[in-house]
Amino acid sequence: MRLRILTDSGVPIYFQIVSQVKSLIASGTLSAGEELPAIRSLAERLVVNPNTVARAYLELERAGCVVKRRGAGTYVAENSPILSRAQRLRRLNGVVDDLLAQGRQQGFDDDEILEAVKKRCGNGHVNGGKR
Amino acid sequence: MSFPSSSSSDSVISVVDLVCEFGPVKALDGVSLQVPRGSVFGLVGVNGAGKTTLIKHALGLLKPQAGEVKTLGMNPVVESIEVLKRIGYLSEKRDLASWMRVDELVRFTKAFYEGWDDGYVESLLERFQLRREAKVKTLSQGQLAKTALMIALAYHPELLILDEPSSGLDPIVRREILEAILRTIGEEGRTVFFSSHLLDEIERVCDFVAIVDRGKVMATGRMGELKERYRLVTVKVPQDVSVNGVSGLVKSSGEESQFLLERNGTAGTALSEELSQLKAELVEEDTPSFDEIFAGLSGSAREG
Repeated sequence: MRLRILTDSGVPIYFQIVSQVKSLIASGTLSAGEELPAIRSLAERLVVNPNTVARAYLELERAGCVVKRRGAGTYVAENSPILSRAQRLRRLNGVVDDLLAQGRQQGFDDDEILEAVKKRCGNGHVNGGKR
Repeated sequence: MSFPSSSSSDSVISVVDLVCEFGPVKALDGVSLQVPRGSVFGLVGVNGAGKTTLIKHALGLLKPQAGEVKTLGMNPVVESIEVLKRIGYLSEKRDLASWMRVDELVRFTKAFYEGWDDGYVESLLERFQLRREAKVKTLSQGQLAKTALMIALAYHPELLILDEPSSGLDPIVRREILEAILRTIGEEGRTVFFSSHLLDEIERVCDFVAIVDRGKVMATGRMGELKERYRLVTVKVPQDVSVNGVSGLVKSSGEESQFLLERNGTAGTALSEELSQLKAELVEEDTPSFDEIFAGLSGSAREG
C-alpha cells in the first residue's frame, strides 16, 4: 500500500491517509478482503505517529471501508462501496460543483477548467495537497 | 491503541508559570504546559526561543526562579536522582565521554541504571549499525546521535527527553532517529518529550505540541486540533486602512494581505461583514498549514 504524506498543507495527516486509502479501494488497487498494514508498521513506514494511523483506521472503519477482525488486523470491507451508484454519483456531482465554483472564482471559464481536469487525468495525478 | 489523555492529573511533566531570567534576558516568561502520559509531545520554536532552558528545568538541572515544575510527579531539583534514573535524556550537545570506545561507554553507563537491557542494546547496535570498537571521538554526527540515543533508550525509561534529536543530521539518520522514537511509544505508557525547529517532523510524530517564542508558549494542544483553531485569510485592504481591530487576529504573516485568525470553524460571513465595516474585502479563507500557524505565532520565518 503506497501512501504519500505531505506536511506543510492544511490537510491533517490522518485525513490524508483516509482519503488515499479510500481512493486506493475505489481504484481497485486495494481489493476486498485484502489486509491493511498493521498500525505500528504503517506508522513506522510513513514516519508518523501511530495514534494518527489509528485514528485514520477508525475513520475508515466508521465509513464502512474497512473491517476490524478481533486480534487479526484490518481488512478492506467485502462490499466496500456500500453506496449505490446513484448515491456515489450524487457525491461526485457535489465535488464537481465545488471544483467549478472555485475555478470560476479564480477567473477560469468552463472550457479551461475542463482542460485542466483532463490534463490531471492524463498525468495519473491523484491526491495532491489542498494547495 | 488508546489515545493519550490530556488531563493534568496524569501529566508526566507539569510546568506552571515558570520564569527564568539570565541577567536582563527573560529566557522563560511565565511558561505553563502539561505533557500527558503516553504522548509524543513536541516543543517547537526557533533557536533561542527557550526550548533548551525549559528542558533543563524538567530535568532538574535548573531551579525555577518563579513558578513550579513537576516531573513524574516529583520536584526534579529536590528528588533529582529518583527523577533522572527514570528518564532517558539526549542533550543537544550529545556530551558523551569522547575518549571511550562505544562498548566501554555502554559498560560505563550501565552501572548507573537498574533495568539496563543488554539484549536491547545489542539490537540497537545492530539496527543503528554502530561499531563497538569505535572511539566516541571518531564518530560522525549521525553515529554520535545514534549512540547517544541508544544509551538513552537502553534502560527503557518511562520518559524520554530529547533536545533537538535530529539537528544537524542528514535525512537518512533523521528518519532512523524518528523511527526509534515512534517505536519507543509503542511500548506501553512511555512518553516522549522532544524539541525541534523542524516543523515537518513535529507535525508527523507529535500527539501534542507547544509553540514557544521568546520565552512564551504561544499555543499548545493536540497536533490534530491546532489547525482547526486557526484560519488563514486573504483580504484586500485599501491603503491607510488597518485590520488590527478584526476579532481573533493573531498577526500579519509578513505579506500584508494575509492574516492568521484564531477562530473555530469557518469565519465566513461574519468576517466579511466585519471587514466591510473597515472597507476591506475578504478574498479567501483556508485552513492554515502548520508552517503558517507557526510563522504567524512566532513571528519568525521557517528555518532550514
